[in-house]
Amino acid sequence: MTDLTRLTAAELSRLLAAREASAEDVARAHLDRAAAVEHHVHAFLHLDPDDVIAQARAVDTARAAGEALGPLAGLPVAVKDVFATRGVPTTCASRVLEGWRPPYDATVVRRLREARAVVLGKTNMDEFAMGSSTENSAYGPTHNPWDLTRIPGGSGGGSSASLAAFEAPLALGTDTGGSIRQPAAVTGTVGVKPTYGGVSRFGLVAFSSSLDQAGPCARTVADAALLHSVIAGHDPLDSTSIDAPVPPVRDAAAARDLTGVRVGVVKELDGDGYEPGVMQRVREAIELLAELGADVREVSCPHVDYALPAYYLIAPSECSSNLARFDAMRYGLRVGDDGQASAEEVMAATREVGFGAEVKRRIILGTYALSSGYYDAYYGQAQKVRTLIARDLDTAYESVDVLVSPTTPTTAFKIGDRVEDPLQMYLADLCTIPSNLAGHPAMSVPVGLSPADGLPVGLQIMAPAMADDRLYRVGAVLEAALDERRGHPLLDEVPAL
Amino acid sequence: MTITREEVAHLARLARVAVTDDELGKLAQELDVILDAVKRVGEVSSADVPPTSHAVPLTNVFRADVVRPSLDRDEVLSQAPAAEDGRFRVPRILDED
Amino acid sequence: MTTKEVSTATYDDLVTEWEPVIGLETHVELGTASKMFCGCGTTFGAEPNTLCCPTCLGLPGALPVVNGAAVELTVRIGLALNCTIASWCRFARKNYFYPDMPKNFQTSQYDEPLCSDGYLDVTVDGVVHRIGIERVHMEEDTGKSLHQGSADGRIGGATHSLLDFNRAGIPLVEIVTRPDMRDAAVARAYVAELREVLRGVGASEARMEQGQLRCDANVSVRKRGETAFGTRTETKNVNSLRSVERAIRYEVERQVPIVSAGGKVFQETRHFDEGTGTTSSGRSKEEATDYRYFPEPDLVPIAFTAERVEEIRATLPPSPAEIRARLVAEYGYTELEVAQLAAAGVLGLVQETVAAGAQPAEARNLWMNQLAALANERGLDSAADLSVTPAAVAEVAALVRDGVLTPKLSGTVLTAVADGEGAPAQIVEARGLVAVSDTGELQKLVDDAIAANADAAESVRAGRIGAAGQIVGAVMKASGGKADAKAVRGLVLSTLGVSE
Ligand SMILES: [Mg+2]
Ligand SMILES: [Zn+2]
Repeated sequence: MTDLTRLTAAELSRLLAAREASAEDVARAHLDRAAAVEHHVHAFLHLDPDDVIAQARAVDTARAAGEALGPLAGLPVAVKDVFATRGVPTTCASRVLEGWRPPYDATVVRRLREARAVVLGKTNMDEFAMGSSTENSAYGPTHNPWDLTRIPGGSGGGSSASLAAFEAPLALGTDTGGSIRQPAAVTGTVGVKPTYGGVSRFGLVAFSSSLDQAGPCARTVADAALLHSVIAGHDPLDSTSIDAPVPPVRDAAAARDLTGVRVGVVKELDGDGYEPGVMQRVREAIELLAELGADVREVSCPHVDYALPAYYLIAPSECSSNLARFDAMRYGLRVGDDGQASAEEVMAATREVGFGAEVKRRIILGTYALSSGYYDAYYGQAQKVRTLIARDLDTAYESVDVLVSPTTPTTAFKIGDRVEDPLQMYLADLCTIPSNLAGHPAMSVPVGLSPADGLPVGLQIMAPAMADDRLYRVGAVLEAALDERRGHPLLDEVPAL
Repeated sequence: MTITREEVAHLARLARVAVTDDELGKLAQELDVILDAVKRVGEVSSADVPPTSHAVPLTNVFRADVVRPSLDRDEVLSQAPAAEDGRFRVPRILDED
Repeated sequence: MTTKEVSTATYDDLVTEWEPVIGLETHVELGTASKMFCGCGTTFGAEPNTLCCPTCLGLPGALPVVNGAAVELTVRIGLALNCTIASWCRFARKNYFYPDMPKNFQTSQYDEPLCSDGYLDVTVDGVVHRIGIERVHMEEDTGKSLHQGSADGRIGGATHSLLDFNRAGIPLVEIVTRPDMRDAAVARAYVAELREVLRGVGASEARMEQGQLRCDANVSVRKRGETAFGTRTETKNVNSLRSVERAIRYEVERQVPIVSAGGKVFQETRHFDEGTGTTSSGRSKEEATDYRYFPEPDLVPIAFTAERVEEIRATLPPSPAEIRARLVAEYGYTELEVAQLAAAGVLGLVQETVAAGAQPAEARNLWMNQLAALANERGLDSAADLSVTPAAVAEVAALVRDGVLTPKLSGTVLTAVADGEGAPAQIVEARGLVAVSDTGELQKLVDDAIAANADAAESVRAGRIGAAGQIVGAVMKASGGKADAKAVRGLVLSTLGVSE
């Protein structure tokens, strides 16, 4: 019998629709797989098999009753633990939210439930999505299925690792500075950050509100498009949600050629700090795009060099305010309430114990950047840089349809290698941040293994706002060509665990 | 030094984090390194550049003044560290504000 | 910390030489059905924490969406206060920690208020004072804390507190004046006039006793003739018209001796105690507050076109000042009567009562005499603070006019209405207050009274008509006020065979 965990979401969807497998079969296969590999990978923070089976059975019952079901019905979806799930623990991988069971569902989770997807569990992440390695989880790191001694990327390392370890066919992530794309790149999976405002943020625990965006994680471009099409669209509960039709991502993912597509290679996203093995695979992929009919040229976005410093002012500033609500008064952890201590003291004690080092670092940094006397030089100036970066990209899009770059400068680094050096850690998001600052969509698609270390490399494809479909077209055609060359999907090469 | 230990202590109080003395020194060092890196944003001349606070240029997103169901109080209070008489119970409050 | 500064000189003595400089910051709860950023209801007095959702509880992941009606009401207030309406503005986060503030930031406006640079004219003793309005901006209310384990619920000495978030997220506007007021009475009149404006444009009931209108008073003093401002204090928690005046008078009486002795007034926040009529220093903080304002990323900018602003302007009712002039012309009130109605905060209510069918004189009488007395008895600022609607007052007037209710009992019925006993007709019915109109019944009362007061009856028959009063009084007493005094008098005289 077929190993259901090795199938794509699209294939599973066909099987389920044809009743060749039940949702319960699919759920059990993934639960069994998780039971077998979780002690190596640790992709999940919360996984309740009984609940998963109950959800799957409900789908089977609905199908048996002749209910019209969509393509996502019965498909397991792993959900990053940053999304509120009603009655299901939601921790953001932080001690401060230990035991919190939200009284409501995030909009994207509600959409998954309405589509009758099976919420498989909550995946590990860097605490409050701050990090690039998932080492900042209060509940221990996630391991990269390609090499268990290495990081799976971050902050959404749990979601990507669950895909690469075949524990889930689909996963939800969030991307503030690269937290969907960089984990996708280092695990050989696909990850998409949609246009800001394209997918609701309601119920997504905010890290940096003006940058955060929920998006799909999958093993193929078509699968990502399937999930994207279900979670995207206007939400009246999110004021920054765009009230416009969802870009035709599924149609785009079915494209077969790139004739006439103008591809710009961002000159500035190369050079010092970029591993030769990564750049080799990226260049080969770009050459392949040209062979596939794309019109490839080099473009310059000079202010992209300032994206990283701007990001490390804007994101901490917003986070210092967003995370103020974790104060031990209404939910979550409370420390030091001995009947004598004041509310103020209990707040400070709880936040000291409840937050990890990186979160505290960013809260303090953000508090500083917003302080009177520093605001103009730091937060204000960072927002101006943001304008300049968006202008650079807009100018580039006058002559090209998409931009490409490496997703991240290196392959997966060793667990522990960068934890003591925040600046080194921040470099992992060098290429992904500009899209967040501009609010543009971007995708990471695997383009092979680095010849240097045999680890996955991702190509980043970027597009203007609300042109998410362009990512899927370029990504799907490139993926198909690479798979054809290789003779099999890249993930077939992931070691057995 | 861009940032002193005392400044970090002040920031930690503003941010309501009871950092330890050890952490204070470490944080001051780390923040110094980070601030040194991020201050590069100042190299960009931006006199006539407007700041971007929102990536998507939307305006006037309003909700109709319609009452929607509130949450079940028991469900809400079941998540509270302490509750009493239908209210959240919190330690004594020092500040009048 | 300041201890008690004893002052012997009174405000009225001091202000001959010293000039108070007063600015007011007023927070007003808008009368919307739902909260500022979520769909929770705004009913006053609901069970604690039953009007709460992820957004107004500040739960992780929840997001705000602006109540469009609140924005429009704010524009109405701004226009009524002669402000400029911003063509583009944003919300901002005001960051500080406080247990009754769910997100530990208040969603407010900072350097881009929706309305700015207006004024409000206030008349005191026939003199018009133009009070500059610096800004009117939108924000949200906090929850409420019940302090436990201390004397009369004070924060000091409490062992713990209980939080209710029903009020959290109720739309507020903050109206900030320029430091243009020079007398406590002017400040009081400003608040009274502002309340009329707010009610007039339909923005708020502005019931001070329900906390719908709350004032912070910025007060400093300087020698008359000086142009530089002195150091000001900000007195919070000034929540009635009377308190506005008292708090300012107290601050002036406190500050002048300090300054005149060469001392310095501390720039600080002070709290007004309604009980003692004094202000006291707040706990001095170790560090200055730094609110770290920044544009609210979860909300998009507000940009009303000039056309839209003009559309709203076209729907504004006449200003209270215009209305007062009209009432003199149309209702036949004197200017003094109108001023009294305005000062009592019932001008709008009187008009609504007339609109509901009462005669102008009836409406004025019932609000100013019956209801004002009741409010005063109950320690309320204004009859407007009683739970009595104009429709109910008009109904009482009609009952009297139709002879169903005697004027004497109108106050009883209105008191019952205020106590929530129902509509006037119901109360009259339930309590058996219907006027005695049955002539047979009345005649019997008269006959009984004549019999019981034979001497007086004899005097009347003898032509000393004044003696009839005793008999009429006896009838009124016997009827429990339900007989109409005028009718009784006529009947007494005719029974005794005399005429006026
Ligand atoms: Mg305010
Ligand atoms: Zn609410």
